[in-house]
Amino acid sequence: MPRRDDIESILIIGSGPIVIGQACEFDYSGTQACRVLKEEGYRIILANSNPATIMTDPEFADATYIEPLEADVLTAIIERERPDAILPTLGGQTALNLATELVESGVLDQYDVEMIGASGDAIATAEDRDLFRQAMEEIGLKCALSGIAHTMDEALSVAEEIGLPVIIRPAYILGGKGTAFAHTAEEFERVAALGLDASPISEILIEKSIKGWKEYELEIMRDHADNCVVICSIENVDAMGVHTGDSITVAPAQTLSDVEYQEMRNAAFACIRRVGVETGGSNVQFAVHPDTGEQIVIEMNPRVSRSSALASKATGFPIAKIAARLAVGYRLDEITNDITQKTPASFEPTIDYVVTKIPRWAFEKLPGASGVLGPQMQSVGEAMSIGRTFPESLQKGIRSLEQGRMGLNADPGEVQYMQQDDAELLTAIAIPTPERLFQIGELMRREVPVDQIHLACDIDNWFLDQMLMIVEERLHLEKVTLSSLTRMEWRRAKQLGFSDAQLAYLLKEEERDVRAGRLSAGVVTTFKTVDTCAAEFDAITPYHYSTYEDEDEIRPGVRPRMMILGSGPNRIGQGIEFDYCCVHASFALEEAGYETIMVNCNPETVSTDYDTSDRLYFEPLTLEDVLNVIDAEDPAGVIVSLGGQTPLKLASELPAELVCGTAPDSIDLAEDRERWNSLCAQLEIPQPPGGTAVTFEEAAQICERIGFPALVRPSYVLGGRAMTIVYDLQELQEAMKELAAFEGLGREGGLSADRPVLIDRFLEDAIEVDVDSIRDQEGEFILGGILEHVEEAGVHSGDSACAIPPPNLSLETQEVIVEYAKQLAERLEVVGLLNVQFAVKQGQVFVIEANPRASRTVPFVAKATGVQLAKVAARVMAGETLKELREMGALPEPIREGHVAVKEAVLPFQRFPDVDTVLGPEMRSTGEVMGIDKTFGLAFAKSQIAAGEGLPIGGTIFFSLADRDKEQGLEAAKRFVALGFALAATSGTAEFLSSNGVQVETVVAKLSEEGREISAGVDAVELIGAGQVKLVVNTPRGRGPRSDGHRIRFASTAHKVPCLTTVAAARAAAVGLEEWMSNPLTVRPLQEFLGFESSVE
Amino acid sequence: MTQIREGALVLSDGATFEGELIGEEVEITSGEVVFNTVLSGYQEVITDPSYAGQIINFTYPHIGNYGVSTADVEATRPFCRGVVVRDLARRQSNWRSEGDLESYLRSEGIPGIAGIDTRRLTRHVRENGAMPAAFGSASLDLLVEAASSEPGTEGVDLVGSVTTPRTYEVGQGELRVVAYDLGIKKSIVDQLSEIATVFVVPAQTSSDEVLALDPHGVFLSNGPGDPMMAGQVVTALSALLGKVPVFGICLGHQILSLALGGKSYKMKFGHHGGNIPVRNLDTGRIEITSQNHNFAIESGSVPGVTETHVCLNDGVLEGLRCNDIPAFSVQYHPEASPGPHDSRYLFQEFADLMASFHGGMS
Repeated sequence: MPRRDDIESILIIGSGPIVIGQACEFDYSGTQACRVLKEEGYRIILANSNPATIMTDPEFADATYIEPLEADVLTAIIERERPDAILPTLGGQTALNLATELVESGVLDQYDVEMIGASGDAIATAEDRDLFRQAMEEIGLKCALSGIAHTMDEALSVAEEIGLPVIIRPAYILGGKGTAFAHTAEEFERVAALGLDASPISEILIEKSIKGWKEYELEIMRDHADNCVVICSIENVDAMGVHTGDSITVAPAQTLSDVEYQEMRNAAFACIRRVGVETGGSNVQFAVHPDTGEQIVIEMNPRVSRSSALASKATGFPIAKIAARLAVGYRLDEITNDITQKTPASFEPTIDYVVTKIPRWAFEKLPGASGVLGPQMQSVGEAMSIGRTFPESLQKGIRSLEQGRMGLNADPGEVQYMQQDDAELLTAIAIPTPERLFQIGELMRREVPVDQIHLACDIDNWFLDQMLMIVEERLHLEKVTLSSLTRMEWRRAKQLGFSDAQLAYLLKEEERDVRAGRLSAGVVTTFKTVDTCAAEFDAITPYHYSTYEDEDEIRPGVRPRMMILGSGPNRIGQGIEFDYCCVHASFALEEAGYETIMVNCNPETVSTDYDTSDRLYFEPLTLEDVLNVIDAEDPAGVIVSLGGQTPLKLASELPAELVCGTAPDSIDLAEDRERWNSLCAQLEIPQPPGGTAVTFEEAAQICERIGFPALVRPSYVLGGRAMTIVYDLQELQEAMKELAAFEGLGREGGLSADRPVLIDRFLEDAIEVDVDSIRDQEGEFILGGILEHVEEAGVHSGDSACAIPPPNLSLETQEVIVEYAKQLAERLEVVGLLNVQFAVKQGQVFVIEANPRASRTVPFVAKATGVQLAKVAARVMAGETLKELREMGALPEPIREGHVAVKEAVLPFQRFPDVDTVLGPEMRSTGEVMGIDKTFGLAFAKSQIAAGEGLPIGGTIFFSLADRDKEQGLEAAKRFVALGFALAATSGTAEFLSSNGVQVETVVAKLSEEGREISAGVDAVELIGAGQVKLVVNTPRGRGPRSDGHRIRFASTAHKVPCLTTVAAARAAAVGLEEWMSNPLTVRPLQEFLGFESSVE
Repeated sequence: MTQIREGALVLSDGATFEGELIGEEVEITSGEVVFNTVLSGYQEVITDPSYAGQIINFTYPHIGNYGVSTADVEATRPFCRGVVVRDLARRQSNWRSEGDLESYLRSEGIPGIAGIDTRRLTRHVRENGAMPAAFGSASLDLLVEAASSEPGTEGVDLVGSVTTPRTYEVGQGELRVVAYDLGIKKSIVDQLSEIATVFVVPAQTSSDEVLALDPHGVFLSNGPGDPMMAGQVVTALSALLGKVPVFGICLGHQILSLALGGKSYKMKFGHHGGNIPVRNLDTGRIEITSQNHNFAIESGSVPGVTETHVCLNDGVLEGLRCNDIPAFSVQYHPEASPGPHDSRYLFQEFADLMASFHGGMS
């Protein structure tokens, strides 16, 4: 049966903000779904709260609702749009959970909406642990010995039956959140309690621990005619015990015999059939006993997932795109394989290379987190690499992470492991951490036998032996010299994945000399093609990876080519927003007539979809790898300013004539403190006083001159890494020490004479403002948007909510801001995007910094105003003028009236309960949402709901304010009381509020140093724990884990009570609530806000 | 580390690949080079007698990862002429493993060459067709000469070199099946023995000798090379058709087709892999199949049959059923090993056919 004609409109649910466990992969899958279903002629209605996604670009759907992903909001959308069908399998766990809610509440029945892609029953069978286990037993598949519990009593009896150690998994939870091991009775009670709390239905699965078993995953698809295929098999390098999202994984499976693989394949098909996923993609996870081969099913996801995105990129088979087609009636054999354009999609891809995925963590930004990997996912991003063999793929993967490591050791970063003795290292590798790979490499360098390493870490001997090949080669390379290397030796080293940087380290030469030596030995990179079929058929789609072989497969281009450097793995501070910009550049440059070339290594993203650009290179973003692509493609230009710091850092080392847009010297002018200061002085633009320092003594001198508090930060770092506000000399000393340590910043570029620390006077209570703008080569300047931050300066702009248009800035101030931005753009000779940050204090505008590149707010501005800045900037960088673009209709007028858009950050604290939630200059959010409505209050309220914090509509609000915040907090408190909320407060805050006429109903006791009360009455932690508080407003007074504030914030996180840590946010929340409580919920598609043709018939 | 043995692989058109010799030490081995795209199952492939006369180029770069096991052997010994890999596992790892692939190749006398840009070789064969090749430690000149004098598989009788010298019996089912061993895989015998008592007979067995065994059905196995070279089996089969139900796999499918008057042809590079989509035209269902053939039967050339299976990649005829007599065949390998189990139902269909032909036996 081909396309279904009985449905006309389809509601697609996105996955919302980027959070740990749910990232760009759902923009990739959702974008594919929107694209193909629109092509099929359906009316597409999309709901997603994340403005930084490609899928929420207004052209990808007929009606795009950037609204909170909550059941009542979706109900309102369904009521307004009356879709025929709802497709919930492409928006991750969020979409699946919402769809389940809509089924259970009867909304889908009420509005006669058919669920396609999966049925409610199938979702329940796969997601409900008990049902799933029963289902698997019915079809003869083994699951781990386990039991379900809804209460602590039930949990204890299950534990008694199964015996410890066990693993505890909360039901209906994405990314394994709340999942943990318990080895002792005490541990069991603690983890079980957390799990029951984390599960939205208070249900946990307690399973016998199978730590140490081998872990596999099969990505499978099924169509309505019951044709099933495996798209990809994945084997985890880390044994069971580490969440798949935190494991190094490899495709295809490496250590399974065909007999075992076919058994697993049969089991996976039996599973999808029994669960009842009628069409689409699913994945089934298996554990295999290393000594007996016993196979058990771990879990099944009845939807596309992070792994399916990986499998799609690993094989060239676009799972989400095909899943969307299957959902509307097609069979696999009715769909053509894009890559060959001849063969059908009803086959199983076979590959002739090895794919490695390595997660990237952000523990350095989350002091307090243990850094130990376990069953709960903690990574914030991942890199994928392709090599002909595992060693090559592994080393490319490590350098793709951009964490200062150039491969499996053999670089300056290895020194830290050399200081540990064998016994320490062997103990260390028993515990999975981000360092384990390197510790193993070091043990191998010392010739500790593989079997001994295997016993300590459970990693399969095959993987270890492959790693040993790398280390043996390294030992050889240490003994030779650059000039003595034969062509054979060069080739062997490169085939094992050694980067030129590693070779430079081992040969004690400069990287550029290594490159020159290698090229003169005739060892050049060859590019192979990802083609789904191991070269059996000719591939139409140019999707390439580098290796060192005989034959290169790059075909000459036809049109002039533009190369876009992507942003690498997601990390805090550099995520989907930059991928969005790169994708837009690709779209815009293709429109301008170029052949576009994307270089990136992040498997989650839209940029690494082979449909996005004309050519895709899945490569690490290091100088060596980028130069190799440049040599292969001979592009007319390279776009470096849209992918965040990753490509920008390379700009100065690329051939200058190829760098498009703003010249590298201007980037340096904006970044170099001395040059920047004199530029601002010349333009007479006020700056907070400041200076640069390499040593503590220099820093102290500066602070003596400018006074405290001072903002201390390193240069050339994104996301406020290691940025801090210091209030006295002692704090300054600590900050400088932190910056100098290798463990701190060193690995990201570090503190050095050419990269000194920047110290500025911190302007307290100033309003922070961001401006995104574009200037062309003729000097025309356009404003993208002025974004007013909700949180005051001092909170990292990425963690702060912000609004367009600015709700509190006078027109005069706005004019000054725009004028300054314009002058800076002119002076920096910007060609392309310019982001400028200002602080406004008592009406005076200070410039904080200027960045001639894409900022994190570019997609938000585009959604709020309708002007797609990244597209415009890309064409401007390629040489077109704003005037020309305007004339050809590629530059519309911004829509600045009629609505307010608020962006709110989404923070990962739920995953890291030991991390303090106070916002500060170091960015820690993983993603963002947008609220859009008629007024600031309504938009802000929506943004809070969308961010998952929610706003209470009654009950008690707890206040605990630092002295300097009390004056400001009073207004917020008054508003809350006027709305009917009761207040609770700590004694000092209560006294202040009462003496200003605000009634405080509950005064809580102070917490002592040890957390025990020292005065009579209930303390704040108890009050929160008892569920009596609906919102916490706690602004930090003291720092550190033992302060009262920290314990209060910890309690809010643990009990999921929204906690605001700035007075500004409390004020905005009060304003939002005021309007939210007095207005009915309304939803409108973006197309209407932006003045598109009416989208509802 | 062991001493590296340098060597080269040369194709009959002169293309040269440098590598490292593995397995049996030879100066020169030659054969027709074909590529196989399976990700796992290298040992089943190497021991499949259908590869007699051929050099197998594995497209997956890591071969040998999970070692070797006697359970995965498909014949008394491997009949292929050599193995080409990108990377031979130095250390294998799997609970089933009884040894490493390199030692196995040596003990079975199979030479191999590693370190080859196997993707380049695959693309070359894809563009220019399966072709004679030679590799070894000999000089390039000698290798070129060997490659160009290698006859390949067209017009060569390879079945005679792989068939069993004498009849043997397997299984204890009520049904009795005579299976022609034209290079039969052990997993086919295993599948058949689940439905019947199987008498595996040499390729040169006459129809009278077959009938003397009083079979309920006759099975024609897979095997190497050109079906036109198996004239003797075609003749024997012609005398059996209509008298007993017949089921053929791979070469057996081609022989049935020739016996019915169909035409065979040599494909450019054949089908060798475990991921090939075939449509069952009776049910519309897709089966992912394991395949290994360089020759095929022209669609529409066989009189009196219904074509039942077709390859979705290129439209090659993959199966047929006689309209008036109890006989059917498939070009692919329903026994899998290696490969998916999607088509194992065909053995049951054979059992059902025999049962209904002989009146209700089960």
